[in-house]
Amino acid sequence: MASTMSSAAKRPSRLFRNLSAKIASVPMILTALVVFVGGTLWTVLYSFTNSRLLPRLKFVGLDQYERLWATPRWLVSIENLAIYGILSLIFSLVIGFVLAALLDQKIRFEDTFRTIFLYPFALSFVVTGVVWQWLLNPDFGVQAVVRSLGWESFAFDPLYNSSIVIYGVLIAALWQGTGFVMCLMLAGLRGIDEDIWKAARVDGIPAWRTYLFIVLPMMRPVLVTTLVIIAAGIVKVYDLVVAQTSGGPGIASEVPAKYVYDYMFFAQNLGQGFAASTMMLLSVAIIIVPWAYLEFGRRR
Amino acid sequence: MRRTLKAAVLAAGTALGFTGAAYATDLEVTHWWTSGGEAAAVAELAKAFDATGNKWVDGAIAGSGGTARPIMISRITGGDPMGATQFNHGRQAEELVQAGLMRDLTDIATKGKWTEVVRPKGLLDSCTIDGKIYCVPVNIHSWQWLWLSNEAFAKAGVAVPKTWDEYVAAAPALEKAGIVPLAVGGQPWQASGAFDVLLLAVGGTDAFLKVYKDKDGEFAGGAEIAKVFKAADDARKMSKGTNVQDWNQATNMVITGKAGGQIMGDWAQGEFQVAGKVAGKDYTCLPGLGMSNALATGGDAFYFPLLKDAEKAKAQEVLAETLLDPKTQVAFNLKKGSLPVRGDVDLNSANDCMKKGLDILAKGTVIPWTDQLLSQDTQKQKEDLFSEFFAKPDLTVEDAQKRFADIISSAD
Repeated sequence: MASTMSSAAKRPSRLFRNLSAKIASVPMILTALVVFVGGTLWTVLYSFTNSRLLPRLKFVGLDQYERLWATPRWLVSIENLAIYGILSLIFSLVIGFVLAALLDQKIRFEDTFRTIFLYPFALSFVVTGVVWQWLLNPDFGVQAVVRSLGWESFAFDPLYNSSIVIYGVLIAALWQGTGFVMCLMLAGLRGIDEDIWKAARVDGIPAWRTYLFIVLPMMRPVLVTTLVIIAAGIVKVYDLVVAQTSGGPGIASEVPAKYVYDYMFFAQNLGQGFAASTMMLLSVAIIIVPWAYLEFGRRR
Repeated sequence: MRRTLKAAVLAAGTALGFTGAAYATDLEVTHWWTSGGEAAAVAELAKAFDATGNKWVDGAIAGSGGTARPIMISRITGGDPMGATQFNHGRQAEELVQAGLMRDLTDIATKGKWTEVVRPKGLLDSCTIDGKIYCVPVNIHSWQWLWLSNEAFAKAGVAVPKTWDEYVAAAPALEKAGIVPLAVGGQPWQASGAFDVLLLAVGGTDAFLKVYKDKDGEFAGGAEIAKVFKAADDARKMSKGTNVQDWNQATNMVITGKAGGQIMGDWAQGEFQVAGKVAGKDYTCLPGLGMSNALATGGDAFYFPLLKDAEKAKAQEVLAETLLDPKTQVAFNLKKGSLPVRGDVDLNSANDCMKKGLDILAKGTVIPWTDQLLSQDTQKQKEDLFSEFFAKPDLTVEDAQKRFADIISSAD
């Protein structure tokens, strides 16, 4: 009895190790628990109610979800997000990596080019959206310029054509985001040991194969970081669409985040908005959970 | 040395200015009146309120009601209420009132005998919830107007139409002359509102009320409403090539003769006025699209959030009285292009279009508008449908009508 007590006094329990660090992180833990987890649970709970302008606990089962999946606008939003998401993931990674590889060739004025490519990233999505709204406007933008050069029948008005409007949004997003991906990739490339390149050259492997089969796999941590950053940007895309097309023409460029906002605040139907945001959370979870399981589960 | 003196005098002056202003109460008023004509009109309200010794702090939110209302509502529900705020009276603020966040104005209303002066009567009813009055109507706006550019029709070589059918018939000639026949801006509420106007004009008052008041989904899917969708299909074809977003940009197309006409509420008239156009000479207005002689009495009203600050609450009372003052009513509504809410004011300076509207009001053929009849939720679903319908030519009339009937069946 006495010995256990003395040993406990000698070796403080694990709970009190690094006490100051733990105390310092308490506010963040509370924020995460209350704001993120608490807010999420609250939202999911109220998505089963018929809350309108103000939240109230009157349960209606799955009604909000049934209505959601019967709404054409929600289906269009999901489709748009899929097209936008997949294409912007592929293009920003490919273009970003190619630009980074080109800059990596020890070219002259590398700083200048890097600055030029990264500059759009300094603009907010709202500004980007407005700029590209003008550029793609058939009466003032690219189409008008080409026509004034003599090609009268030239037509390029993605923002006013329901079937291709989402690609108009994609162009603006790529213009804004690719420079950032390029910078991350460039940092990754610079992190590759020079000796690897020398060894590859001694073995006579062409540069493009070295990039694809040696350098790229070695850049895995950078790739994962980039992927997470791009993916987070895709799911929450909202401001770009609002500034560029405000969902139009009609509902052709609507995205889920905009549906949530419009139904929560404009239509004064919180229940419907919560149901939509729960579906967004669910779709992210479906992608993240298996990946996290593979990524972190394996190490144990 | 001289400069210091000047600075000292300036500083003293400023200090004096501040002490003078300390007696006045600042009251922040939020609204979404930001186009040229609207801004001129709201300046009249501010002037009248400042004249009472208080201070109007302008909280204009750009981007029309759709953008502004969520901001206003979240400020009120989030515990940072403004002094007063614009809404369209009807059901937009219904739940805020029910949650006890808005101020009951019944006492001020009884003192000012609002029930006697406000006309038509239905207007004050829209402000009344459970027998108490919660808002001050400031103007009557009606959606049911077709604005036509005389210049555009002259250029196309056809007479300015007198009904919707004549207008549709004139559309090919306009197109030939390189003019967009009908301007419909890209914001969703414009397409939805244009459809409602067509429903009233082509379907008639009974059909309108049966759909929006009784919410008869079966009727909305029936043959009578199919005629309205046919007219909407015409409108959709005529609106091709508009390529603008905001309503005032679309109105501007009519003002400059780039478009033949626009279905828009009478607030468009303020834009014509700012541009120096004369009703009857430069532009023509057709109430009810020349087919129906009923006007809806929607409009704007001011709501007052419940405030703890006693001085601000007092200033709210002053503002409520100022808004209904006959002089303010005339000055404001002439600039705004809307009709005053009092029957006892002198409107000799009203132009042709306003007189047409006043005549209809005097005859009493007024109906409630969708803002009063439908919840915001239903309105939004309707907007989604019609903005898609106007933008997507391959959405068939039949499919659209079926979806419309579904929305009406589940409407509240």
